Amino acid sequence: MSEPRPSFWRRSPAVGPLAGLLLLLAINVVDGFRHDRNFLALTFHDGRFDSPVIDIFKNGSYVMVLALGMTLVIATGGIDLSVGAGMAVIGGLGATMLAGGHSVAAMLAVSAGVALSCGLVNGLLVAGARIQPIVATLALMVAGRGIAQLVTHGNVVILPKDKFDDLFHGIVCWLPLAPLLVTSLYLAVWAWLRRSAAGLFFEAAGDNETASRFAGLATGRVRCLAYALCGLGAGLAGLMKISDIGSADPFKMGDTIELDAIFAVVVGGTALSGGRICLLGTYLGALMLQTLTITMQYVGVPPAIAPMPKAVVIIAVCLMQSAVTRRWFARLTSRSPAPGVRPVEP
Amino acid sequence: MSPRLQSRLPLLVTATILLLLFATASVTYRYFFSAGNVVNIFTAQSSVGILAVGLTLVIFAGGIDLSVGAVAAFSTILVATLVEKHGVHPALAALFALAAGAAFGAGMAAIIQIFQQPPFLVTLAGMFFARGAAFWISTESIEIKNPLHQRLTDFTVQGGDVTFHPLPLLIFVAVLLAGHVLAHHTRFGRNLLAIGGSEQSALLMGLPVGASKIAAYTLCGATAALAGVVNTFITGSGNSTFGVGLELDAIAAVVIGGTLLTGGRGQMLGTLCGVLILGTIKSAIDFDGRLDPAWTRIIIGALLLGFILLQRLLLRRLERG
Repeated sequence: MSEPRPSFWRRSPAVGPLAGLLLLLAINVVDGFRHDRNFLALTFHDGRFDSPVIDIFKNGSYVMVLALGMTLVIATGGIDLSVGAGMAVIGGLGATMLAGGHSVAAMLAVSAGVALSCGLVNGLLVAGARIQPIVATLALMVAGRGIAQLVTHGNVVILPKDKFDDLFHGIVCWLPLAPLLVTSLYLAVWAWLRRSAAGLFFEAAGDNETASRFAGLATGRVRCLAYALCGLGAGLAGLMKISDIGSADPFKMGDTIELDAIFAVVVGGTALSGGRICLLGTYLGALMLQTLTITMQYVGVPPAIAPMPKAVVIIAVCLMQSAVTRRWFARLTSRSPAPGVRPVEP
Repeated sequence: MSPRLQSRLPLLVTATILLLLFATASVTYRYFFSAGNVVNIFTAQSSVGILAVGLTLVIFAGGIDLSVGAVAAFSTILVATLVEKHGVHPALAALFALAAGAAFGAGMAAIIQIFQQPPFLVTLAGMFFARGAAFWISTESIEIKNPLHQRLTDFTVQGGDVTFHPLPLLIFVAVLLAGHVLAHHTRFGRNLLAIGGSEQSALLMGLPVGASKIAAYTLCGATAALAGVVNTFITGSGNSTFGVGLELDAIAAVVIGGTLLTGGRGQMLGTLCGVLILGTIKSAIDFDGRLDPAWTRIIIGALLLGFILLQRLLLRRLERG
């Protein structure tokens, strides 16, 4: 590497979601002043900190944990549409077991096993049977919702009171447990990816599968592992959801959340074409989506209409990141092409 | 096996499965095998069938459109609002909805084509956008009381001892025939299949790749809107919650019909078979009454998987020569 490394700001794909996040926070702070409400207020009561910002972390933790597994899958050039259905299956199963009087430990063990096998089914279909990821995971997405309804007999299952609300509502070091857990998962996965060769394996399998295989990488196993971890993430998200609301609804739970997870990953700079991982970007992207949701609530956009501005923001971010736009900007600002932009054939 | 037969094999398998399913249900349940029930299956599936035709064109070209269900919902509520709140003539309102759907499809296609974005992502955002827009118009369902529209909704034909509801069915059949001719007997259809087979080759052959793709998405948006308009004839109202998950049913129907999701290979008649398979399963589960409706989704998912594996097997054989 003879040429100087471009600075963090030019290099990191996490800059986009970071800018979006800061912009949204600024909007909230200004809007808060107008309505005589301090968005950045931090209060301490009942042995814990409380703040609108902490709530963003807390309520965003589902999408964050889903997006973590999704990042790995997308890095290998795949996609997992079944995470929402997976959430419903595991959540329904966990709630049914707890309501049936099983212990939390037994429920956790069974949930982990089922979540892992859901992910493995996807992985085997994609890596073993070589089916396109969209279609392979679509099958489980369609069937999973049915399985969740079978498990719960089509009813909303209510959890026994106070049996399992610590996972989401627990307090550690005066802070809510869920975001702390998710953040430490991100740190652990980041360390695993970047302090060992694992990250390189995922990226290589997504960048050029044939070349990676010839270089001696078991790409099939790597891709399978990505889907298995994504399944585990969906399971954790499902358990967090039932812990949060104290019941499991097989129809509503995790509905369209797979889209939020995918958007968090894409907005965070992990390209859908694979071969690149940016965990920081995913983390910030998920936070940005949650902040956007909160902002729209505060500004007074009805929840039913909220998807509309969300779609506009997401498309705008994607267009800004696209090679075509960057080439346009590069042409405007200088005569030389922007760094890292490959010209696209017309 | 001759190449002609081999390319039709997925369609033959689908048609056989449809016949087997229907025969099994007819033997198991009394009155399942009757003209009334067949017409009911067609009518119940007419909305999903109409938008599956447009979706098939997009999938032929290697694209995907996840926004169809939301666009259909937008179209139902748009027609209902225009007719009821603004006193627009129903035909004009329907035309306006079709134009809006087509323009929406064209807009998404322009983003996909010009900015080289993945169709899956853009149409996903399109789905959010259209659903949000539908709720923006009205969060409550609006009953259409316009006399002309009501006459169309209540239009029935007495055949034997059953009452038919022919309008949605006729529109479905007409759209399907038009789609079949467009896909398999015009240059446009061949271009789409060529693009789906290999976009690079199609480009090098000098085919109008960009224009064909945009046209396919435009048609898909229009058929999705038409599906919404047809649904107002079935329910007599506009509803922004209509068609949640409809895009999944439509994609499943197209894939079960033997069309390759990567594009370049498929049959419009296969889509008809796929839609009818979904309808037969739903109807059989209704007839049974003991089975949990949840099984519908599980069976559809399993069929989807089975067909994809079958396609994979056929393709592998084709690649070997």
